Amino acid sequence: MAIPKDIKQIEEAVWEIPTTYKKGMNVPARIYATKKLLEEMDQGVFEQVTNLAMLPGIQKYSICHADGHWGYGAPIGGVAAFDMENGIISPGMVGFDVNCGMRVLSTNLTIKEVQPKIKQLIDTLFKLVPAGVGCKGFVKLNDSNFNDIMENGAKWCIENGHGWDKDLERIEDYGCLEGADHTKVSQKAKSRGINQLGTLGSGNHYLEIQIARAENIFDKKTAKHMGVVDENQILIMLHCGSRGFGHQIGTDYMKLFDSTMKDHNISIPDRELSCAPFHSKEGQDYYAAMKCAGNMAYANRQVILHQIREGFKTIFKQDPEKMDMNLIYDCTHNIAREHTITVDGKKKKVLVHLKGSTTSVGPNYPRLTKPYKDLGSPIIVGGSMETGSYLLKGTKKAEEETFGTTLHGSGRTMSRSKAKQLVRGEKLQKDMEKRGIYVKGASMSGLAEESGQSYKDVDAVIDAVKKAGISEPIVKLLPIANVKG
Amino acid sequence: MKYKILDHTADVMFEIYGKSLNELFTNAAIATFDVMVKRSSITPKIKKEINLTNKDNEKLLFEFIEELIYLKDAEYLVFKNFKINLKDNSLKAIVEGEKINPKKHKLLLDVKAITLHKYKLSKTKAGYKAVILLDI
Repeated sequence: MAIPKDIKQIEEAVWEIPTTYKKGMNVPARIYATKKLLEEMDQGVFEQVTNLAMLPGIQKYSICHADGHWGYGAPIGGVAAFDMENGIISPGMVGFDVNCGMRVLSTNLTIKEVQPKIKQLIDTLFKLVPAGVGCKGFVKLNDSNFNDIMENGAKWCIENGHGWDKDLERIEDYGCLEGADHTKVSQKAKSRGINQLGTLGSGNHYLEIQIARAENIFDKKTAKHMGVVDENQILIMLHCGSRGFGHQIGTDYMKLFDSTMKDHNISIPDRELSCAPFHSKEGQDYYAAMKCAGNMAYANRQVILHQIREGFKTIFKQDPEKMDMNLIYDCTHNIAREHTITVDGKKKKVLVHLKGSTTSVGPNYPRLTKPYKDLGSPIIVGGSMETGSYLLKGTKKAEEETFGTTLHGSGRTMSRSKAKQLVRGEKLQKDMEKRGIYVKGASMSGLAEESGQSYKDVDAVIDAVKKAGISEPIVKLLPIANVKG
Repeated sequence: MKYKILDHTADVMFEIYGKSLNELFTNAAIATFDVMVKRSSITPKIKKEINLTNKDNEKLLFEFIEELIYLKDAEYLVFKNFKINLKDNSLKAIVEGEKINPKKHKLLLDVKAITLHKYKLSKTKAGYKAVILLDI
């Protein structure tokens, strides 16, 4: 791919595209990647990260992280910080799957105990956590319950028996975004979401059983603090979001902003980035509705966690407490949130949009939950179902330099149609089983589209963030079984 | 050709064709459901009528696809056949399909939204063309 020829290397793994690259850029665009990853990035990244740099009120530079690739509107791995007074808010930049995120929990089980029962376990989890097109959750809700979920997130789940009290302090924002207002959400969005609580969805969403091998624990002390204590310990990772509910909220407000932008004299390079001034009525309405979707996603992952515990209880005939099935962390990677940076020597509050990008902050950052105050933010990076995932921690450097963000996954390298040409789902499933990874998917073609070769090398993207100093790897987790949406 | 799949790294992008706007709208609906389900596995048991009005045909197509995605989630319906009647900025669509049944239907990937990225409806020599990117 053609890298922009005037790109400048700022540090070993930080690159900058100057404002001269394209007419209308208010700030430069930065890419956090090694030279190799940069060279392999698709053209969409350069087009889209520089589009972000054209938005009104953007501060310092737009960013695309090492896992970056072509998305819609913003690149995946995209970040932009906007002036809270004169800047904008954009649903397309948050992404339609609001609060799509990752969750990881520990167990005290080892591979020896789990491996013999892995098929039974996955088949049980596949039943307990519905996946695929048109899947319905088991939690029956009325309108009032659903309004409560929109405003209270995972707290509602704990109050209603779907989890343990101590889970909340292991969820970013304690599982609830303050300021959500259900009256800002359309009836259409509510109708799409009311039966989807506790469902995985489709595409790249998954539930995975993983193992922490001794040689993959890079920082034993921090790993222990998080709950990774034994070699060969079994962990469970989950990737999903706010389902059709968040998508409808995104669609509703994008359509509204597409028609109201002219009233605010805003012009943008891509209609998917339709936006509103943050302080306008419609901007504030979207912010409150986005939080409803964010809370639904926290609740969704909480209900799934509860179902996973139930599944383990059925298969291993033990209480989840006895199996130490503690939540390690839950973090979001599609959201807009407030943060403070230094601009021209002065502290400034900004609204950071994260599209496929995770919070990365160092110790004592105000928003950290209690167990992680002294550590910094845990970061969950999901790799492909064949290669592995990482837990990392945030840094002070990221707080300032990348507006408190880092990467979120390994990042796709090829289209879904190309992936399907390269491998068939049935063959992939058999090959993976031979390698000790049992996978069950809602769709065979969907499986083929998520093969390991469709993704970047997860070790290479982690190496890039480590070199850039925006997060520190703690442990690499390898898959042994996967439920694919 | 009803539609062609264009290259996109993460989602599904189409170029849709139609000799008339009616045909374009039909083919856009077909493309959307082809992502989600093998349409041959659907029996047209339930009939729905969709009525939409917008003086901009490009916006009307967006709203039509949005409505189909909505019905898939809110009413658990997948559709096989589409009869479109577009006249004077108003769309009347009769769509036929049935409730989602994972045991019966060959389900593929969920479509979660239609996006405005690269979105365009244009007139061509042969009729009409639209570029649509679906978020999956």
